[in-house]
Amino acid sequence: MTAQDFSADYQKRDYSLVGFETQRAIERGLATAQWYQCPIGRKELKELMRRSDGPALRDAAIWFGALALSGLGGWYFWGTWACVPFFLVYGVLYGSASDSRWHECGHRTAFKTTWMNDVVYAIACFMILREPTVWRWSHTRHHTDTIIVGRDPEIAVPRPPDILGLVLNIFALKSAWSLAKKLALHVQGKLDPEEATFIPEMERPKVFREARIMTAIFLGVALWCVAIGSILPAMFIGLPSIYGGFMTIFFGLTQHAGLDEDVLDHRLNSRTIYMNPVFRFLYLNMNYHVEHHMFPMVPYHALPRLHAAIKDDCPTPYASCWDAYKEIIPALLRQRREPGWYVKRQLPSHVAPLDVGAAGTVAAE
Amino acid sequence: MPTAIATRWIEACAADEIDEEDVIRFDEGDRTFAIYRSPDDTYFATDGLCTHEKVHLADGLVMDNIIECPKHNGRFDYTTGKAKGAPVCVDLKTYPVRVEGGKVLIGLD
Repeated sequence: MTAQDFSADYQKRDYSLVGFETQRAIERGLATAQWYQCPIGRKELKELMRRSDGPALRDAAIWFGALALSGLGGWYFWGTWACVPFFLVYGVLYGSASDSRWHECGHRTAFKTTWMNDVVYAIACFMILREPTVWRWSHTRHHTDTIIVGRDPEIAVPRPPDILGLVLNIFALKSAWSLAKKLALHVQGKLDPEEATFIPEMERPKVFREARIMTAIFLGVALWCVAIGSILPAMFIGLPSIYGGFMTIFFGLTQHAGLDEDVLDHRLNSRTIYMNPVFRFLYLNMNYHVEHHMFPMVPYHALPRLHAAIKDDCPTPYASCWDAYKEIIPALLRQRREPGWYVKRQLPSHVAPLDVGAAGTVAAE
Repeated sequence: MPTAIATRWIEACAADEIDEEDVIRFDEGDRTFAIYRSPDDTYFATDGLCTHEKVHLADGLVMDNIIECPKHNGRFDYTTGKAKGAPVCVDLKTYPVRVEGGKVLIGLD
């Protein structure tokens, strides 16, 4: 890796969607812009985009089956230390594996059948503490304006990095607090000003309805716990998002953290990392993150093949999570001191990224 | 009494230029269209850009009677233009199509 140091003339960035950076991004041609795509033939891409219910039905069966078995073990051994490993597995499947499930089903690429995507999307959103309609629109914007400051609502690590917030999110504490505040607003039929920039008027009643349903479920579980004098119901519904959410941030940070902002080339702001089969099951192949952003229509089960097709046009993938974190952790710590610093991904020598010119135009280098 | 609007028929492409269950782009002046060939070998035409964020639908995926936008996976029924849910909320404009002498013609207002 190499790095760029612009600390000398770095100005504090405004990551909100209603600040001065929003207009600046539009003026610089970074909003809803044309992004670089690796060359790939239409026939090959069509084959990769082809939908099928089979792989996602298999993975959903394993997921729900493992949830049921681990949950059964947790219930059976409740009150003894033997329940801990069962709840650990249940928690990771509930609070972490749900992250990639809402994501893939949100794109409606996991299954061929639309209603299957929508059902798993709703369940997984609940598990990962995300309101379905809000996050559908938020993620739409994330794909339009990936890591464009002032436009992307899903920049996980704004600079300088909030290390305390990242640590709290190992147990989803920051995201749970964020959801609680949003739910409190949405149940009253209100949106915050940033959400109003990406959720269309006609979708807002759905947001409010979903917030009321989610709140009612959480309240119902809390009342159930009080009624029986045990937190056991919450160990199955609600709390697993907290105690089992640590793999969400473990995977999520690898996607973009420490890399460049305001570029129109996913090879420069996203990471592709080789992972073991268990991680790839939990994460549904989102370790091929450059490929996913470049061709979001390709279902998760075809991403390894897409990777093979375009890898010669991309930076060298990271060999493992360890390889990625050797870069990410020092990068985030350095960005605390030098917010203008970032990891610059090296493209193969025969290719050049799209870049944003000083005058605000987008030009090939 | 409604005024009749004359339809101008324009040659878009050769019929065999589009694979079954696929789509191609056709530009006419400053307008752009998407021409579809369905799995049952029928041809359709719509506006070429997604009503959500103006991405060319010809880069998308045709599945049965659905075209999926390549950017955000928004879906339309290309036979009717009907938007099939978020993130697409506005229907696509459709155009009449006929095939004559191996050519696909689309009718413009």
